[in-house]
Amino acid sequence: MTNSIEEVLDNDAMFVIGSNTTENHPVIGTFMKQAIRRGTKLIVADPRRIELADYADVFLQIKPGTNIALINGMIHVIIENKLYDRDFVDKHTENFEELKKVVKDYTPELAAEICGVDKEDIIKAARIYAEAERAGIYYAMGITQHTTGTHSVMSLSNLSLICGNIGKEGAGINPLRGQNNVQGACDMGGLPTDLPGYQKVFKDEAREKFERVWKVKLPSKVGLTVPEILDEAEKGKIKFLYIMGENPMVSDPDINHVKKALTSLDFLIVQDIFLTETAELADVVLPAASFAEKDGTFTNTERRVQRIRKAIEPVGAAKADWQILTDLMVRLGHDKKYSHPSEIMDEIRSVTPSYRGISYDRIEVEGIQWPCTYMKHPGTKYLHREGIARGKGLLMAVDHRDSAEVPDSEYPFILTTGRLLYQYHTRTMTGRVDGLNKLAPESFVEINDATANKLNISNGDKVRLTTRRGSIITTARVTEIVDEGVVFMPFHYTEGAVNYLTNTKLDEHAKIPELKVAAVKIEKVGS
Amino acid sequence: MVRITINGVEYQVEDDITILEACNRLDIPIPTLCHDERLNPYGACRLCLVELKGKNKLEASCTTKVRDGMEVETHSDKVVRTRREILDLLFSNHPEDCLTCEKSGDCKLQDYCYEYGVEKGSYLGEKRDYSIDDSNHFYTYDPNKCILCGKCVRVCDQLQGTSAIGFENRGFKTKVSTPFDMGLAKSTCVSCGNCVAACPVGALLPKRKIRYRAWEVKKVKTTCSYCGVGCQMYLLVKGNQVVGVEPAEGKPNNGLLCVKGRFGYSFINHTDRLKTPLIKRNGKFEEASWEEVYDLIVSKIKESKAKYGPNSLAGLTSARCTNEENYLFQKMFRALIGTNNVDHCARL
Ligand code: SF4
Ligand code: SF4
Ligand code: SF4
Repeated sequence: MTNSIEEVLDNDAMFVIGSNTTENHPVIGTFMKQAIRRGTKLIVADPRRIELADYADVFLQIKPGTNIALINGMIHVIIENKLYDRDFVDKHTENFEELKKVVKDYTPELAAEICGVDKEDIIKAARIYAEAERAGIYYAMGITQHTTGTHSVMSLSNLSLICGNIGKEGAGINPLRGQNNVQGACDMGGLPTDLPGYQKVFKDEAREKFERVWKVKLPSKVGLTVPEILDEAEKGKIKFLYIMGENPMVSDPDINHVKKALTSLDFLIVQDIFLTETAELADVVLPAASFAEKDGTFTNTERRVQRIRKAIEPVGAAKADWQILTDLMVRLGHDKKYSHPSEIMDEIRSVTPSYRGISYDRIEVEGIQWPCTYMKHPGTKYLHREGIARGKGLLMAVDHRDSAEVPDSEYPFILTTGRLLYQYHTRTMTGRVDGLNKLAPESFVEINDATANKLNISNGDKVRLTTRRGSIITTARVTEIVDEGVVFMPFHYTEGAVNYLTNTKLDEHAKIPELKVAAVKIEKVGS
Repeated sequence: MVRITINGVEYQVEDDITILEACNRLDIPIPTLCHDERLNPYGACRLCLVELKGKNKLEASCTTKVRDGMEVETHSDKVVRTRREILDLLFSNHPEDCLTCEKSGDCKLQDYCYEYGVEKGSYLGEKRDYSIDDSNHFYTYDPNKCILCGKCVRVCDQLQGTSAIGFENRGFKTKVSTPFDMGLAKSTCVSCGNCVAACPVGALLPKRKIRYRAWEVKKVKTTCSYCGVGCQMYLLVKGNQVVGVEPAEGKPNNGLLCVKGRFGYSFINHTDRLKTPLIKRNGKFEEASWEEVYDLIVSKIKESKAKYGPNSLAGLTSARCTNEENYLFQKMFRALIGTNNVDHCARL
C-alpha cells in the first residue's frame, strides 16, 4: 500500500476493485465502512455483488477479465471532461499524450459493452474518483490474477497519476496483500529475481554487496518462478524441491499438473505445521513451530514491520522454521549460528536499505513502516511524498485484452474464484477450527438464478463442473450475487477443489496465473 | 489550553476535551462502564459522575467538556455515595454467581463493586430471567448479566459497521437483541467478537474449550497470522496452551479483529499438529530424529548439486513465515546452494 490502513478514514473517495475487502481483509473492511459513514464516497467494481456493493455510490458488476476496459473508460471520461489534475500531469508524469491516444477509443459506450455494465455508471464512477480531493484505490487478486494482471495494475496507476492521487495522505494506490507476510517474503528476497530489499540478482553492484557480507560468490542467473519450477519439475529438470509452509496441492492452478510435477521430483521436502496435501507427497516432512511458538516479525500490507512473540513451547519435537534453517545452513558450511531471530534482523538491517532503521528494540511497542532508512527514522506513513519515486510517474498506455480462455459453445460459462470470510487459504489452519467449519463447511459454486433455471439446477443440487483441465463435483448455491454467465467458487477446499479447473496461463510479466477466469461447463449430477 | 482544578490540584489541559479525557490523561481514575474512547460519548451508566464547584447536580464527566477555571471533584462524598447507589442498583438486578462466572477477575462491575464496597444488591425484587443465546459458534449472550451499557451495540454499529444487534423492549425488560429476536446465529453477525471484547461484564463471553480464570492466563502480544492486515492481539496462554485471543489497541487495528484472528486459534494446539520429523520409506512415513533428516537432506542437496548442478534445486519460501525465516531461506539457496530458484506464492 502506498498509504496506511488508518488513512482509509482520510479518503474522500474510495475505488475498490477486485477486492472483497470485508471478507478478505475484514478489519480494513470495517475501516472502509466507518469512512463511508463519515461521508467518503465509494465506487466498487467486482464480478460479484459483494457486501461493499451495498454501501457503494456506484457498483459496477463487471465481467471477469474486463478491468482494463473499465479503467480506460473511466480515464477516457476524465480526460474528455478535463477532470484530471493538469498541473500534476505536467510536473510529475510522462507519456500523457500516448495515454490520451489509447484511451480515446474507450468511450463509455464501448467500455460498458466490454464490461457488461451501464455506461452512465462508468461516467459516474469516473466523476466521483476524479472530483475527490483525496481518493484511494484498493485492489487485490481480482486485479492481479489475470493474464492481463500487470497491465491492469498499470492502468490503475494511470488513473491515480492523472488525478494526482498519489504521494498524499489519504490518496494513493493500495494493493491489499493476502497472506500475513507476503509483503515481508517479497521484501526479504523470496523472489527469483531479487535479493532482500528488491536488489536485483542480475545487477553486479547489488550482488557484489551481498557477496561481501555473505562472503560467497552468488549466482547471477535469474531463478525460476513457482509455475516455472513446477513445469521444470515435470520435465525432470528440477530434481530437488524444498517447500516451506506452502500448500500448492490446493492453492495452485491445475492440481493434476502440480501433482505430476511434485511426484516427478527426486526429492521433496515439506516443512509445515500439519501434514498438508502437499506434505503427503514429500520424501521428508519437517515439523515446524506455529506463529505462537516463536519470535520474529511479519510485515503487513501497509509495510509495517511488527513482532510476533513466543507464547508457548513448540509442540512435540517441532522447531521454529528459523531454527531448522539455521541447523541446515551450519551443516552446509554457513559460518554463523543464529541464536535468536533478532540477530537475523540485525543482519537483514545491514543489507536492506529500507529496513536499516528497524530493530527489535525499536518495534517492541509498535511496528514501524518501511522505508525506515536509519536508526532515528520514524518510518514512512505514505509513499511518494517527495514526488514520484522514479522522478516522474510513467503513464503506460495499455489496451484491454480478452482473458486466455473465453466461453464457447462447449464451455459456455466463466468460472471465477475467491475466498471466504470464514476460511483461510488452503484451510490447514481454519479447517481445524470447529466453529469456522460449521459456518463454511464445504466447497460450493454460486450460480445465478436464471442460469440455474436454464440448467434445471436447484439450490443444494450436486453439479459437475468441467474445464479443459479437469472436472469436479460440488454443490450449487443459487444466488443473485453473480451475474448470468458467471459462476464463482471459493478455492479453500480439497474436496471439490476448484484448482482442478483453473487455468495455468500466466501474466507474462508477473507470472501470475489467470485464476480468476476459466471457461467452464456445468451439469447437474444424477437426478 | 485551559486551566482546571481537579481534586484541589491545578492542571493545564487541552481545550475541547471532556473531563473524563482530561482525567484519563492525568491518570486520575474515574470509573466507567459505558465509555470507549473509540465511540461517541453515550452517558448511559452515570458512573463517571463528578462534582463541579457551583453546581448542585452531578455531571457525567464523559459528556462534559472542560472549561477554563473549572473546579472538579472526582471522589467527593456525594460522588462516591451516588456511584455506590448506581452500582447497588445494577448489582441488585444481576445474578450473584461471581464464583463461577467466567468473567470473574476481569469484570468491571465486580471491580467497582469491590472498590465502592457494594457487597450485594439491596433492592430485593424480581430479577430478569431470560434464556441465554448460545446460537453463535464462538460466543454467548446472557441478558441476565447485561448492564445495558450499550457498548456492544455501538461497537457493532459504529466500528464494525455490521449493526447486527440493537436494544429491544424498554425499562426493566430491556435487553440486547437481534432483529425479531431470532438469535445471533440467524442474524447478520459476522462473529468478529468485537462486541465481546467491549463488554465490561460477563454478558457477552467467548465460548471456551479449555476453561480458565482470568488470573491464570498470561497475555502475550503478537500479530495475527492470517491476513495481511496484521492485526495486533494478545494470545491468552494457560500452561503450554493458547486458550483465547483478545484484540490489542493501537495501530493498525484499533482494538478490532475479525472472526479468524479472534476465534481461529484452536489449530495451534490441535492433535493433528506434526510433532516429529518424518521420512518416507517404501511409500510410508516413518518417524525420524532431527539428526537423521538433516543428514539425509544435506546428502541429497550435495548429490543433486554434484550430479545436475545447483539449478536443479529449488525452494518455495513462505508468505506465512517470518521475515527472518524468509531471509534465511533465500540466503541458504543463494549463498550455500548457489541458485536463485527461490520463490513463494505471492501470486496466489
Ligand atoms: S460479533 Fe461482531 S458482528 Fe456480531 S454482533 Fe458482535 S460486533 Fe456485531
Ligand atoms: S451485553 Fe455487555 S456490552 Fe452489551 S449492553 Fe450488555 S453489558 Fe453492555
Ligand atoms: S484479525 Fe482478521 S483482519 Fe486482522 S489480521 Fe487477522 S485475519 Fe486479518
